[in-house]
Amino acid sequence: MTWLLTRLFGRLPIGWLQLTHNRARLIAALAGVAFANVLVFVQLAIMGSMSIATGQPYGFFDARVMISASDAESLTDGSNVARQWLFQALAHPAVTDGMPLFVGNVTIQRGGSTMSLTTFGVDPTRPGFLSTSVRPAAELLALPDSGILDGRTRGLGADEAATIGPSSPASFEIRGRTLTIYDTFVGGGGFGVDGFLIVSDQTFMKLVQGRQSAAPDHVLLSLAPGADPATVAADLQRMISDQSLRIRPYDQARAEDIAYQQTRRPTGVIFGFGVVIGILVGLVIVYQVLSTDVADHIREYATFKAMGYRQRFLLGIVLEEALILAAMGAVPGYLVARVLIGAMRKVTNLPLELSLQTGLGVFVGTVLACALSGALATRRLASADPAELF
Amino acid sequence: MAEAPVPPPIETSGLNHWFGHGEARKQAIFDVSLTVARGSLTVLMGPSGSGKTTLLTLMGCLRDVQDGSIRLLGQELADASERRLVALRRRLGFIFQAHNLHESLTARQNVLMGLQVKGGRVHAGDRDAAAAHVLGLLGLGERMDYLPANLSGGQKQRVAIARALVGDPEVVFADEPTAALDRDSGMNVVELLKRMGKARGTTTVMVTHDNRILGLADRILTMEDGRIVEDSVRPHR
Repeated sequence: MTWLLTRLFGRLPIGWLQLTHNRARLIAALAGVAFANVLVFVQLAIMGSMSIATGQPYGFFDARVMISASDAESLTDGSNVARQWLFQALAHPAVTDGMPLFVGNVTIQRGGSTMSLTTFGVDPTRPGFLSTSVRPAAELLALPDSGILDGRTRGLGADEAATIGPSSPASFEIRGRTLTIYDTFVGGGGFGVDGFLIVSDQTFMKLVQGRQSAAPDHVLLSLAPGADPATVAADLQRMISDQSLRIRPYDQARAEDIAYQQTRRPTGVIFGFGVVIGILVGLVIVYQVLSTDVADHIREYATFKAMGYRQRFLLGIVLEEALILAAMGAVPGYLVARVLIGAMRKVTNLPLELSLQTGLGVFVGTVLACALSGALATRRLASADPAELF
Repeated sequence: MAEAPVPPPIETSGLNHWFGHGEARKQAIFDVSLTVARGSLTVLMGPSGSGKTTLLTLMGCLRDVQDGSIRLLGQELADASERRLVALRRRLGFIFQAHNLHESLTARQNVLMGLQVKGGRVHAGDRDAAAAHVLGLLGLGERMDYLPANLSGGQKQRVAIARALVGDPEVVFADEPTAALDRDSGMNVVELLKRMGKARGTTTVMVTHDNRILGLADRILTMEDGRIVEDSVRPHR
């Protein structure tokens, strides 16, 4: 390694030699950096899972523009919208079709446990508004008191989900009614619910009390090929007499929902804060290690100054140490985080992921944080006075 | 046409130096003026606190000149920029009483640091060979890959000497370089400095209390209370 670094730097890798000279301190430093990495990785995975969980239900549908109430920050909250706006929207030449979308929450009691499901009511005669993964089951939704269930629903069990199909439906009791599940689709639990359920709008009215077919939660629109969703949404905003409605391209609605969850909901802010804490912990650990190292070698640095080495050479040694700590700490941090996140995913059924891209991003961040710590630690180098050596 | 005369490596004139501020300010060097000849071995003697080390560090451009003048290798140190001072230090060799070796570097690597500072495109193998040669001259051929922790005090000091000499310095400033060495080793080191003076014109200024090596000095300056009180030039042998 020393030989390799010597060739790489074109000089003796003093930072590397200093770090490896004191093995116990190096291991402690690496453990610290790895710990900070684990903190950041886990928090990012949780934040990422929140984004995935938030954006996931948008993937069940195929729409270009969505009409929502003014207070609808996400797919599952906000007031209802009047179905009449769907008919007004259809007057736009680029709007080819529309579908009211009903959203509610349904709880299924199973023995001693409950499954809380975000439930969507859709028009089974308009399968074009369902995504390709859900569309094949559209005909089944037309049957009374029928539905399709998220196969990854927390509490359902993968084996049980695998047995559900049109030829072997499952039945659940919901508020005294029997709901027959004819198929499953790929979803996944979120932070507030255990899974998703899709039923027809007629079945929805029976399952969720107090809802009227004239007042859906959102209206989904499809557009003619080549039509720009943003332009059509802006046109509709002017055309429809209720100016308070939020009319947005569907993709924009999804992005705004994710941003809302990350930045304005308490959970998102807390997870974001966790990432910041992880970075700060890493900064403090690396600063402490480097700062102690500089103090321990201050006479040696002063000797280098007396020999004619410039200050920037000394800075280079400290930054070299910072980068080595970042690189060597990131690997065990990534591996430990992968194990932890895998275990958390198994227990919580949340879509927790640690991608290589995230790993690389955190590595770059770690390098920058370590470099910043190194730069702060080098302030002590100013006290290396070669005249004091005599 | 006659060649321009080569200036002496060290010239001081009316040099004064103080430590501290205000009422605690104390003068350490009083009106020191001297010229050191090229290739000579000059010994600074005197009791502790007489100003020897202060004068050494002033001449070695490790302290700022407060009053008076020092010309080192033809360049004025008073008000010299940091850049110029750094460039000058690269032409010098320092031997410290406390060896100040880098604990995580081997003897060879410590010596290489004395070469690396010179910069330039020198082949790594050549540098290694130069470091090994100097260490061999100082009797450390078998200890080149030892860390300082595994060397005796005398061996560490010889590594520090090798580090100072490997870059072929024009002036060597040494503070008690033989204090940690036995008689033979001490004499070897001073004789090596003498040989370098003759062969390469290396000038050495050495602070020492070691009377054993006075016989090899070309000039002995005795200091008391910040002043040079005796200047004894020895006949060349």
